[in-house]
Amino acid sequence: MDLNMTAVELGKKIKNKEISVVEATTAYLDAMEEREKDINAFVTIDREGALKRAEEVQKGIDEGKYTGPLAGVPVAIKDNMCVAGMLTTCSSKILSNFVPTFTATAVQKLIDEGAVIVGKANMDEFAMGSTTETSYYGETKNPWDLSRVPGGSSGGSAASVAACEVPYALGSDTGGSIRQPAGFCGVVGIKPTYGRVSRYGLIAYGSSLDQIGPLAKDVTDCATILEAICGKDDRDSTSVKEDGDDFTSALADDVKGMKIGIPKDYLGEGLDPEVKESVLAAAKALEAKGAIVEEFDLSLVEYAIPAYYIIASAEASSNLERFDGVKYGYRTEEFSDLHNMYKKTRSEGFGAEVKRRIMLGSFVLSSGYFDAYYMKALRTKALIKQAFDKAFEKYDVILGPVAPTTALKLGESLSDPIKMYLGDIYTVSVNLAGLPGISLPCGYDKNGLPIGLQLLGKHFDEKSIIRAAYAFEQTMQVKTPAYVTERGE
Amino acid sequence: MEKAYETVIGLEVHVELATKTKIFCGCSTEFGGAPNTHTCPVCTGMPGSLPVLNKEVVNKAIAVGLATNCTITQNCKFDRKNYFYPDNPQNYQISQLYYPICRNGKVEIEVDGKKKWIGIHEIHMEEDAGKLIHDPYTDSSLVDFNRSGVPLIEIVSEPDMRSAEEVIAYLDKLRMTIQYLGASDCKLNEGSMRADVNLSIREVGAEEFGTRTEMKNLNSFKAIARAIENERERQIDILEAGEKVVQETRRWDDNKEYSYAMRSKEDAQDYRYFPDPDLVPIIISDEWLEDIRAKQPEFRDEKKARYQEEYGLPEYDADILTGTKKLADIFEETIALDANPKKVSNWLMVETMRIVKEKEMDADDITFSATNLAKLIKLTDSQAINSTVAKEVFEKIFDEDIDPDKYVEEKGLKTVNDEGALRTTIEQVIADNPQSVEDYRNGKEKAIGFLVGQTMKAMKGKANPGMVNQILKELL
Repeated sequence: MDLNMTAVELGKKIKNKEISVVEATTAYLDAMEEREKDINAFVTIDREGALKRAEEVQKGIDEGKYTGPLAGVPVAIKDNMCVAGMLTTCSSKILSNFVPTFTATAVQKLIDEGAVIVGKANMDEFAMGSTTETSYYGETKNPWDLSRVPGGSSGGSAASVAACEVPYALGSDTGGSIRQPAGFCGVVGIKPTYGRVSRYGLIAYGSSLDQIGPLAKDVTDCATILEAICGKDDRDSTSVKEDGDDFTSALADDVKGMKIGIPKDYLGEGLDPEVKESVLAAAKALEAKGAIVEEFDLSLVEYAIPAYYIIASAEASSNLERFDGVKYGYRTEEFSDLHNMYKKTRSEGFGAEVKRRIMLGSFVLSSGYFDAYYMKALRTKALIKQAFDKAFEKYDVILGPVAPTTALKLGESLSDPIKMYLGDIYTVSVNLAGLPGISLPCGYDKNGLPIGLQLLGKHFDEKSIIRAAYAFEQTMQVKTPAYVTERGE
Repeated sequence: MEKAYETVIGLEVHVELATKTKIFCGCSTEFGGAPNTHTCPVCTGMPGSLPVLNKEVVNKAIAVGLATNCTITQNCKFDRKNYFYPDNPQNYQISQLYYPICRNGKVEIEVDGKKKWIGIHEIHMEEDAGKLIHDPYTDSSLVDFNRSGVPLIEIVSEPDMRSAEEVIAYLDKLRMTIQYLGASDCKLNEGSMRADVNLSIREVGAEEFGTRTEMKNLNSFKAIARAIENERERQIDILEAGEKVVQETRRWDDNKEYSYAMRSKEDAQDYRYFPDPDLVPIIISDEWLEDIRAKQPEFRDEKKARYQEEYGLPEYDADILTGTKKLADIFEETIALDANPKKVSNWLMVETMRIVKEKEMDADDITFSATNLAKLIKLTDSQAINSTVAKEVFEKIFDEDIDPDKYVEEKGLKTVNDEGALRTTIEQVIADNPQSVEDYRNGKEKAIGFLVGQTMKAMKGKANPGMVNQILKELL
């Protein structure tokens, strides 16, 4: 079986009875077994459960219970989404024994469509990081070059798709955590508008910024998956009911008259020349298809990173308080009293990056600093949103790079957190503004590493970025990593 | 000589709202239940769970705000108060700091015939915590999250009170108002109403406030009065000794009638409040407000005036009847069943209150129905039972809410109005008690009492006393 199929292609073959669900599931599980020693994209692989589920789903398909395009297609779930009965660690030691009693709404929606969950994907601990190196369960490697990072925090999700261990995966994006690893791994990822997908069951990092989204082989898959997982959820007050969620209807090779803006601020210092060239070439390709492309000043870009790290860390410092060794998760072996138990559990249970952000977040919320940092960051967030709103009065879509560079070497950014934070320059403002963004490959650098293109849309206008991405995808010769082709896919 | 001091008191009152479900999830708020049975991922702080606001909590908070003359914050928000404690499953409490739902209210109290307004600084909504239970056998603590997420409002007064009497009057006013709204049963002893007392003293005439302390663990009006007196004396002693009052939180021990310091301002935690990103702002439209305003019930003062005017009850009666929502409810329900208001009032004021007092219970906990009280009044009106029997039957109604018609029938308690039967019994009594008959005839009027008593005894108390007297006199 060709593992390099898209999710929708596989879904069709299953529907047409060319491949059985068990057959497909087994093929991917076997690939995972063989590749995981190199990639380490998973924290948990549930072979037994997946095979049992595959049989049920096949029966469901045969009985007409599952009729959707993703019925019977295996999927990887980022390890910060709860799946009832399945270990859910957030790639942290502190949740090393945590098995949720309920399933995240987005995941449940896939299950209702007949998805087969094969495992939980590795990530940066509590989604804090851009390389998947902060995982307690070892770093994930980039299938394009095993000495490089897959990006993060949804690095396991992106790498598993790129390595053909699964046809698609769910990730989450707080400051670029879907788009950047998609870019580094040469796959497609969508960060939906804030509120488009329920956050219920997603273990929170920065609650006002987090969104769940798909990572897959192409734009068609991503639109199809997003259609399945979106919608207002009564369990998440920040989710909303909005029209324009017929995303697959936007899969049309037509950008005639579409107004595309490129922020000049996104092409300046720090941007790798090869990335810049490739992104501008993508803009030209869209222009050639009839889009109107121009550069403009977005402004405030330099403030996005500090504002983001203050807001996300502040929320995280509070969100992660519940991990205290009292109710679930890791608890230190020996302690003298309650406070000692808290202190030791959390000191031993959290990794360095998580501790750094908890400290940063606690600091900016503490009395005397709240106004100077947190409130100022919130005002900056509001200004950034205004700047985007203004830009979107003129443009349908904003185009730019996903990250300043292609995938970095393992270990390169861990030693210098500030450098790692600066890598988020093109992605974080999208979360601050709550906008939808898509990341897709637009070329390859001299090392053969994929280069990511990012397209941003208005609130709840995922359809415009899907349309632009789909049109560009038609012009693009998408490659498969040698790691995969060597294995005959 | 000791200077003249004035006590300045402000109150923080927590009230548990009587909603069916918790503030941020669908779990029951019912009291009791085996530990951790009224829980779900939300109220136990499981990873990935999210709070969703129960609109009924907002309705009740607005109703209390309107009843206490507050301005309602039509765009209000929830904030997180961060602190680590095992009864707090998320290690933050969802509360309101920046935009509380109600502000700038006031209520009128009366002490010794003098009326006074007490300002309300704000009312905010928040969630209750769970309960820690220490297990001495294993020397460990267990947590019960059944109360976690039960909705509370905190009513913060201005420092407008000057005595324990004013504090009690204010608390009583709040309790009555909230009970009348049906927003809470407001029981101090059960914790559905909790009051923390902020107290400072200053010399009479001084403009600046003194340093205040906050007193916790006050479980009854009596404890509050004692704690206020005690704390006032303690602070005066400190000032008289030339020392300074320390701003701190103190815990009252009502058995020892003594308070001790829990924590000073210096060790006060930094709660790192910030807006809760999981909850959207609550936008309260004018229509929403008007809807609640239109549904506000008749409050105590209005009811009291109406009882006097409409039913001609004395002020004393109206005051007692409206003093407990439950009594007022039974009163109104009973007269709605065509019972005479003054008679209903008498049953409630005299017999009901007597039993309540005897049993040392709260009038709120009365359980008998208006229907059975109305039936009892009809039985006495028609002279089917005499007043002694009626009191007996009422005790049964109070305890078990029995149907008096059936009860009287089954127990054969109907008054005997049959003159022939009575005459026969009385003739027998006269024959059996020649001495008393003799005494009576010799002018000892009192002797007739004994003969009436004997007759009633022979009739098992069911005789019509008027008829007994009449027949006796006639036969003698």
